[in-house]
Amino acid sequence: MADITLPTEIHLDIVTPDRLVAHDAVTAVTIPGKNGALGILPGHAPLLTELASGAMEYTSGTAKHTLCVNWGFAEVLGDRVIVLAQSAERAEEIDVERAEKAKLRAEDRLKRFDDLQVDRERARIALIRAMARLETAHKLRG
Amino acid sequence: MAALLDIRRRIRSVKSTQQITRAMKMVAAARLRRAQDRIFNARPYANQMMALLSSVAARTADRCHPLLQERPIKRQLLVLVTADRGLCGAFNTNLIRTAQIYLEEHQDRDISIITVGRKGRDYYVRQPVKVVGEHVNIFGRLEFSQSQPISQRIIELYTEEKVDSVDFIYNEFKSIMTQRVMVESYLPIKPIVPAAGESLIDYIYEQPAQEIFNALLPRYVEIEVYRALLESQAAELAARMTAMDAATNNAADMIDSLTLYMNRIRQAAITREIIEVVSGAAAT
Repeated sequence: MADITLPTEIHLDIVTPDRLVAHDAVTAVTIPGKNGALGILPGHAPLLTELASGAMEYTSGTAKHTLCVNWGFAEVLGDRVIVLAQSAERAEEIDVERAEKAKLRAEDRLKRFDDLQVDRERARIALIRAMARLETAHKLRG
Repeated sequence: MAALLDIRRRIRSVKSTQQITRAMKMVAAARLRRAQDRIFNARPYANQMMALLSSVAARTADRCHPLLQERPIKRQLLVLVTADRGLCGAFNTNLIRTAQIYLEEHQDRDISIITVGRKGRDYYVRQPVKVVGEHVNIFGRLEFSQSQPISQRIIELYTEEKVDSVDFIYNEFKSIMTQRVMVESYLPIKPIVPAAGESLIDYIYEQPAQEIFNALLPRYVEIEVYRALLESQAAELAARMTAMDAATNNAADMIDSLTLYMNRIRQAAITREIIEVVSGAAAT
């Protein structure tokens, strides 16, 4: 059987409605899929998944980048990974203190058994977002 | 000599008005550039989303998501996107006129309105129409997160069957000189054409294609709403820039003609004095 030459890098695009967050050639990507984290290496089979909120990482050359993404989709196509996220922030941009506060506030709101479904849902989403931010920030700081 | 002083005073006041209009023009121009960048930045996301949506649509047989469901239109929701501020030419007037025509044309439907922007709200608050939502002061710092409450609200109203159709009226940014008022239907979502021609890639689906398709649809509405807001913002700034440019030019013309008039009066006064002196000398 002839050797199949696998590509050595993937083109990663991370886009949000506000901006193009990353457009890079990378050697490895980890994305937070809805059913668990997914590690993608060059030559991965085509894959389509919904994203959860959480940390994603990618390695480009020797530099390792960590980002926090919030909901969206990821499409893997052999040599291309497209991440469509509602929002994405680089770990360096995250304000840990603010995220901690947001987490406490959301937890507090969830504890008070509000009848309003909408408010509970909002607090739950805020909590998930804050936790994703913190997770990302901790990854960066070791 | 009172007339001369009056004219001087007027020239001074026109000059200060001109300074203001010139400053507003500059500000609008700077912000317009940023607004255009934002439209540009939103494009990759929208394009990828469309591509993904049509490629997933090719793989799903069952397309009966609530947002695709067509119902006989009895209750209509109109989202009117105006500006927060005036001094931008006929921008808001055109929008409101179009909205009025729209209301007249669809009298058979029970229409409710969501206004985006202060000007639209200020107008419809005093009209006998049902305003079910208002979003003001969002254009100062427009980001995707600010468009979400609007999109979530229309999705909610539609899925709960409180309205049967959602239309948008907004200004589209065509170029710096022209804006076009658009009336577009947003919900139900027009049937999505499955991607044809391209070879269907065999994906590994982490979730069933159906589930992904259904999750994509609300996102699609969100990005469309965001796009309308971005277009409107750029159009507003372009309209303001053109209006303020015209105002600055008009002020310059006015200053010119007033200055000419003032000089003429001054010269007339000098001539009269000379004649008085000469005729006085001749008399003696």
